[in-house]
Amino acid sequence: MTTDAARPAPGDRTDRQHMMRIGIMWLVASVIGMVLVYFVWGPHMPPGTDSNAAKIQQFDNRVLGTVAVPVMAFVWVYTAYALTHWRVKSSTPVDEIVDGPALKGHRGFQAAWLGITSLTVISLFIFGTVELDTNAGAGTGSGQVPIFTPTGYNVDAAKSKLLVVQVIGQQWRWTFRYPQYGGLETAQMVVPAGQEVQYSVTSLDVIHSFWAVNLGVKADANPGVDNVAFATADKIGSVNIRCDELCGLWHGAMVTTGKVVSPADFKTWVTNAQATYQQLIPFLPPYADIYLPQVDGGYYDPGQDPLPSGPPPGPASPSAIP
Amino acid sequence: MTRPMRATAVGVVFAVFVAGVTMLFLYFLNYPPTVAAAAATTGSSGQEEIHLQTVPALGYGPHPTYVSYLADINGKWVHTTMFQLKANTLVHFTIDQYDTGSTLRNSFMDQVQGTVGSTEVLNGGSPVRIINDNTDNGIGHTFAVPTLGVSVPMPGIASAATNVCSIAPCESSFDHNTITFTIKTPAAGLYPWQCFVPCGLGWPYGNGGGMSTLGYMGGFLKVVA
Repeated sequence: MTTDAARPAPGDRTDRQHMMRIGIMWLVASVIGMVLVYFVWGPHMPPGTDSNAAKIQQFDNRVLGTVAVPVMAFVWVYTAYALTHWRVKSSTPVDEIVDGPALKGHRGFQAAWLGITSLTVISLFIFGTVELDTNAGAGTGSGQVPIFTPTGYNVDAAKSKLLVVQVIGQQWRWTFRYPQYGGLETAQMVVPAGQEVQYSVTSLDVIHSFWAVNLGVKADANPGVDNVAFATADKIGSVNIRCDELCGLWHGAMVTTGKVVSPADFKTWVTNAQATYQQLIPFLPPYADIYLPQVDGGYYDPGQDPLPSGPPPGPASPSAIP
Repeated sequence: MTRPMRATAVGVVFAVFVAGVTMLFLYFLNYPPTVAAAAATTGSSGQEEIHLQTVPALGYGPHPTYVSYLADINGKWVHTTMFQLKANTLVHFTIDQYDTGSTLRNSFMDQVQGTVGSTEVLNGGSPVRIINDNTDNGIGHTFAVPTLGVSVPMPGIASAATNVCSIAPCESSFDHNTITFTIKTPAAGLYPWQCFVPCGLGWPYGNGGGMSTLGYMGGFLKVVA
């Protein structure tokens, strides 16, 4: 209910004029904000540009950030306008303070609200799906049978034309197996630049999450699950690897540093690693997609426990890698 | 009670409370105690040595059934997993391992890694590079510092052993294996270490209990300049 005191005086602005002023301010703020977010902040957004997956994610973050600007600008502009223009003046006597006019339904406004928000959400859904489809999952863990896969992928690690790196999480460290190099297992992850890598992520105990931060690779490490992600590292350098799933006492210490090296250096590294772990390799369990606990606490003890039903160990020859 | 008396009483209670909290805070700041490695009695000057033991059950404290490490301080065994080492120094570790063994969750840790020569010495024998966790007595515990690439498997004693230490500290007359190895410490910093044998029996995946409680099967290397 309104009173005469609440009605606009002859000199006051109408609702339409208010909305026009808000609209103009919102439009200006949105355009400036969108340009700043996309072109100024965008190139510095995580996870950077160290791999194709990272670049895609950075682009996605730029787009999402830019799309969010008009929404944020509307909330801020409207709030600021309301606070500055519709605030009851402190000089107003208390007995003259009255409620504003009652809100009424507005079919056009409601339709516009539903239409714009629906269009925004559906557009982002399509955008995200296309990004995942055209970029082989964009570095995300896509489960045991990924829908979006790169050329050369084969569910059988031994037949895959990609370099397969099995990431094994356990409380509280990471190790890495290279099935195409005789099941070599190492404490450090090394991958060649310019080559598509299939990260097959699994866990020996609880749920971890493999996060190669600057490569834009993140995949949950679940026991009994082979969670596959793809990425091609572009820049030679280090890889910041950490666990992104709270997994117990030493979760915070479950960090390590990987390396992206040239293809030639990668072959040298493999040769050296095979020499370093030459005596150990026969003691390791056969390569498998997953490793399940046995009653004695070990995993597929050679010659003692039943062998896994996963794919056979990969070829021992490095020449199997394209 | 007069107002000044009430104020005095409140003040005294408040002061006692603050003092108690402060003492508790200071106690936990220094517990468990940090054991500094001693100057080595062998090898070149400037080197350090530290003597530890692993026991199947601590036998006292809030968790008497937990497996644990203990450290030797001037001949007295102290329950702690905080070890202070000098930076960029060769430190000789001697660990008396009194527990039985099992297979490792990941046999990757069969191999000695990150020590000088990538070896350990078992019971005074020749240096070895690998302890097969699937044979003999398995692995009792490991001493591992993942951020430094250090991992040392320590064989268990025979599961049929009759002269088994049940309560810490364990005397050397009980069945045990003595493992020695040397590491070169890095620059100053705090480096977490832990055991990787799922030795927390009775908990899911064997990683509960002493494995998930600071001060038993894990702690920090406090490397100082």
